[in-house]
Amino acid sequence: MTHTHTERPARATGDGPSPGKDTPDEAPLGASRADHLSALAQQHGALVTLLLVAIGASIGFDTFLTGDNLENMAVSSAFLAIVALGMTFVIITGGIDLSVGSLFALGGVLGAWGSQYGTLVALLLPLAVCGLIGLVNGLLIAKARLAPFIVTLAAMLAARGILLAITDEGSNTYLVDEKSFFASLGQEKLLGVGVPVWITVALFVAGAVMLRRSRFGQYVYAVGGNEDAAALMGAPVARTKIAVYTLSGLCAGLAGALNAAWLVSGVTILGTGMELEAIAAVVIGGTLLTGGFGFISGSLVGVLLLKVIQNVINQIGSLDSAYQQVVSGAFLAVVVIAQTWLGRRRRMM
Amino acid sequence: MTELALKGTPVDRARLLRLLQDYGVYAGVAVLLLVNIALTPHFLSTENFRTQAVQVAPVLIVALGMALAIGSEGVDLSVGSVMALSTSLLSLYLGYGPWVALIVAMIGGAVIGLANGSLIAFIGVQPIVATLALMVAGRGIALVLLPQLKDVRDPGMSSLGSGDVFGIPYLVLIAAALALLVGFIVKRTTFGRQLLAIGDSRPAAQLAGLPVRRVLILVYVIAGVLAAIAGVLATARLQASDPTSLGTLMELSAITAVVVGGTPLSGGRIRIGGTVAGAVLIQLLTATLIKHDLPPSWTQIAQAVVIVLAVYAARERGKR
Repeated sequence: MTHTHTERPARATGDGPSPGKDTPDEAPLGASRADHLSALAQQHGALVTLLLVAIGASIGFDTFLTGDNLENMAVSSAFLAIVALGMTFVIITGGIDLSVGSLFALGGVLGAWGSQYGTLVALLLPLAVCGLIGLVNGLLIAKARLAPFIVTLAAMLAARGILLAITDEGSNTYLVDEKSFFASLGQEKLLGVGVPVWITVALFVAGAVMLRRSRFGQYVYAVGGNEDAAALMGAPVARTKIAVYTLSGLCAGLAGALNAAWLVSGVTILGTGMELEAIAAVVIGGTLLTGGFGFISGSLVGVLLLKVIQNVINQIGSLDSAYQQVVSGAFLAVVVIAQTWLGRRRRMM
Repeated sequence: MTELALKGTPVDRARLLRLLQDYGVYAGVAVLLLVNIALTPHFLSTENFRTQAVQVAPVLIVALGMALAIGSEGVDLSVGSVMALSTSLLSLYLGYGPWVALIVAMIGGAVIGLANGSLIAFIGVQPIVATLALMVAGRGIALVLLPQLKDVRDPGMSSLGSGDVFGIPYLVLIAAALALLVGFIVKRTTFGRQLLAIGDSRPAAQLAGLPVRRVLILVYVIAGVLAAIAGVLATARLQASDPTSLGTLMELSAITAVVVGGTPLSGGRIRIGGTVAGAVLIQLLTATLIKHDLPPSWTQIAQAVVIVLAVYAARERGKR
């Protein structure tokens, strides 16, 4: 569990220590052992659960620990993970982004369409359009002070509308040339592991460094911890919010484009419900929806946990996919109850 | 002279803005009606009004429950899944007669609402997360119960779906009755006042000794039951149970109707008349765009713009 040391969660409040600073211990002086344990459980509960589920699955199914299965899970997790990365930033600021599912689909279609003009267009076009929609989200939320929930909801509808408009109401599917470099971004393997996985790992490292070590990361925590206090401290609240929504749009667009390269086509119906999956992954990973507290690696664990559960349910075979939803939903409820309960404990001490 | 000079004062403009916020949605409906009467052929036919009204009924019923949830400073994302659950339950229990099936479907909605409310009131989970969990799980349960589309062949159900009294479809009558009932609950009952007080400030309501938990649980139970009723009515109209697609994105339509109708997301205030008008506005907007051969993509973009404009108009009051 090396990331325990590289990425320690921090709660930023107006009077607290700055989040990027290396405080010697998470728990304050005088905290009892139980409090410390509950704090640990809140941070790493998802990881422990993931390990338990994975161990159980590898004992239960011979097919679970095969290279093919793991590789397949890793690649299919990669796209959701990239979306969840952007979502983590948004949620730490105390916001939410419901538009990512539509932006994912839009990014995929734009990427597939753009691939006929080369890889650069295939990547830059989704990034530009989805980043722009994210920017508009951020402007409406930070400058016009509208509720993030509603703004991104509108963006979700609008992005899906744009997607339908450019695909003749969803009847056009753009294909990616399988021999192009763009397609290889989704399909090739490097050291036996799919390129999307490597890209995801690189993005997560960059995201973690940005969140933990940069000034921008400090602002993200500060805005989510206490917006007024952050403003008084001189943090650029509006600019930070605009940046996180833009970032979220960029992540969703990129994930969509990479997914199109993987599937070698831009599929219009993708991404419905993805915003909820991404939010679930982030929340399961220990980031609080109230903002001000969270960490990137948790979201990755959250994504993997969701995917492993899906995989296990698929392996059981006789269980149809409806159970998958029941289990995911129940699981989310349990995690949130545990989080709320542990969080209350911590606040009381 | 002085009167003229006063015209442009900030107070006056604030009042104008307030008027626009309160009655803008009715003006919007009026404008759309006029535009359609002028431009859309065959708009002024009984058949058309009937179609539009029947289509808006389930959305409106869901939106009524959503208005209660939003008024308590919450939200209910599980309503679409509750509709799916109620259609599954209805199909499964129709053999015991339509009334039994209806009651079982409503109990299903109440149970999901109870789960939502308990998570929110007792554990302190945020409404958006609690109802998200039930949204995911609820559709799963619906699909476990009824894995695929099933025709509903029941004389009671088909007369509910297509019957009428003096030309007014049952669906519309039921929706109108429920709107009046919820309006009465909000305006005239202790529960309604407590609900608004909690939405205004939950800590203050707690200090004042209001039964916060009981009220919140009841809000989500009512929202669940209303969504279940909407699911039953939609099933009766379509003559089929389709748990895969029934109610998808319904939570968004309902939230839109409520917000466009002037109920602030910050809670403490509920406008049932506005919610009715909001649901009608969205339906008319969609119908107008489709009637003029604009593709569905435009409807979604238009809906997005309307949402943002409505919230922008309501923003000043939210900050107050």
